[in-house]
Amino acid sequence: MDYKSLDLTDQFVELIRRAATQLPQDMRQGLRKAKGNEEPGSAAEGALDTILLNVDIAEKNSTPICQDTGTPIFEVSYPVGVSTRKLADQIRKAAAVATQNNYLRPNAVDSLTGKNSGDNTGEDFPTMHFHEWDEEGIHVDLLLKGGGCENVSTQYKLPDGPLGAGRDLEGVRRVVLDAVHQAQGKGCGPAVLGVAIGGDRGSGYLKSKQQLFRQLDDTNPDPQLAELEERIYNEANQLGIGPMGFGGKTTALG
Amino acid sequence: MPELTTPISDEDIRNLKAGDTVYLNGVIVTGRDAAHKFMIEHFITQPVQVDEAELYADLKKLLDGGVIYHCGPVVKTHADGSYSFVAAGPTTSIREEVYQADVIRHFNLKGVIGKGGMGGKTLKACGEQPAVYLHAIGGAASFIAQSVKEVLGVYKLEFGVPEAMWVIRVENFPVVVTMDSHGTSLHQTIEAQSKEKLAELIG
Repeated sequence: MDYKSLDLTDQFVELIRRAATQLPQDMRQGLRKAKGNEEPGSAAEGALDTILLNVDIAEKNSTPICQDTGTPIFEVSYPVGVSTRKLADQIRKAAAVATQNNYLRPNAVDSLTGKNSGDNTGEDFPTMHFHEWDEEGIHVDLLLKGGGCENVSTQYKLPDGPLGAGRDLEGVRRVVLDAVHQAQGKGCGPAVLGVAIGGDRGSGYLKSKQQLFRQLDDTNPDPQLAELEERIYNEANQLGIGPMGFGGKTTALG
Repeated sequence: MPELTTPISDEDIRNLKAGDTVYLNGVIVTGRDAAHKFMIEHFITQPVQVDEAELYADLKKLLDGGVIYHCGPVVKTHADGSYSFVAAGPTTSIREEVYQADVIRHFNLKGVIGKGGMGGKTLKACGEQPAVYLHAIGGAASFIAQSVKEVLGVYKLEFGVPEAMWVIRVENFPVVVTMDSHGTSLHQTIEAQSKEKLAELIG
């Protein structure tokens, strides 16, 4: 295939539109299931009900599910011969068009001057990661991660004395539950937990975000981690923080 | 369901208890980090400058008995220059904890809408003023935008669309009182309960 004249700008705009306005099916199912678990008439049930209603309205009107369309993070897999420089230009162009169409809120702000570029482009904005692969096609994933859940994201260095967390999987369990407790309702729960173990500070954060591309109901291929994930999910929900921090049974969806 | 309409009286505020759901009506103003910092630095800790006197007078009027909404909306600009809100859910409020109590007191705010709750300083100001913290549903931005019937104006648009102060008229905006004027904060209660549970799980 000749990739020289390839222009995916329109496809990128459509990808942004869908990511901003349509919630994936696994998440909808998770929210519906969670709503069924909450006490009838509780604030938790009410919150989930409103969230589900909002998902329908957003899809119908092609408007953002959340006003904070966050930092767009593109993960692009491409075959030999594709110019990633051109793809990056097309992604930037698409981000500006999507902002113009109100699919995205203008979120690119100069950290020093505080000036908003107005079109979601700027230095290192949107975030893009390119991975060369052996397949023929180009595959693009997009994550729009908002500021609320960014604010409560955190990193722990094991061992952690006060939490009694050693440099092992039990230590990981302890610090993850602590992070969920610290977050309370501030990250706009119910949450999906993305956890990475190891690496350096930068790679750890990146890996933890990439976990969010997983389907809600998938199982970790490593049986030890699968067991840990299941346990943390169940225990996080025992904390009783609930949707929006209103209290309730759904603190995490997965 | 009980309704609240701006400007809100002290009596209406005193009648609200943490856990109540209310529908909010009337004119409110959005404000996030930049707006709060600006109000503190330009109006509250410093004498108001001549070139900002008009803005100050406008805000005094809008916020007296009024409500600030922690929200950075997605806004559509129409061909005639008018605006409408496309998506307008709450942003995380705790970032304004350092500013909020002073803003409540200075402007006689009766309510702050946001998500995630706020801390002890704000709770104290809510008791004294009186005022309440109202929790909107995060992740419900398109739904809440339907409650925003009209965009009446905007101040400090140079802060960028999310950080500007948008003056909006809302109808039946559903919110939950999570911090009342009697010293009760649902956030503190849930925090304490979940802390006990955490201690059981990792103790």
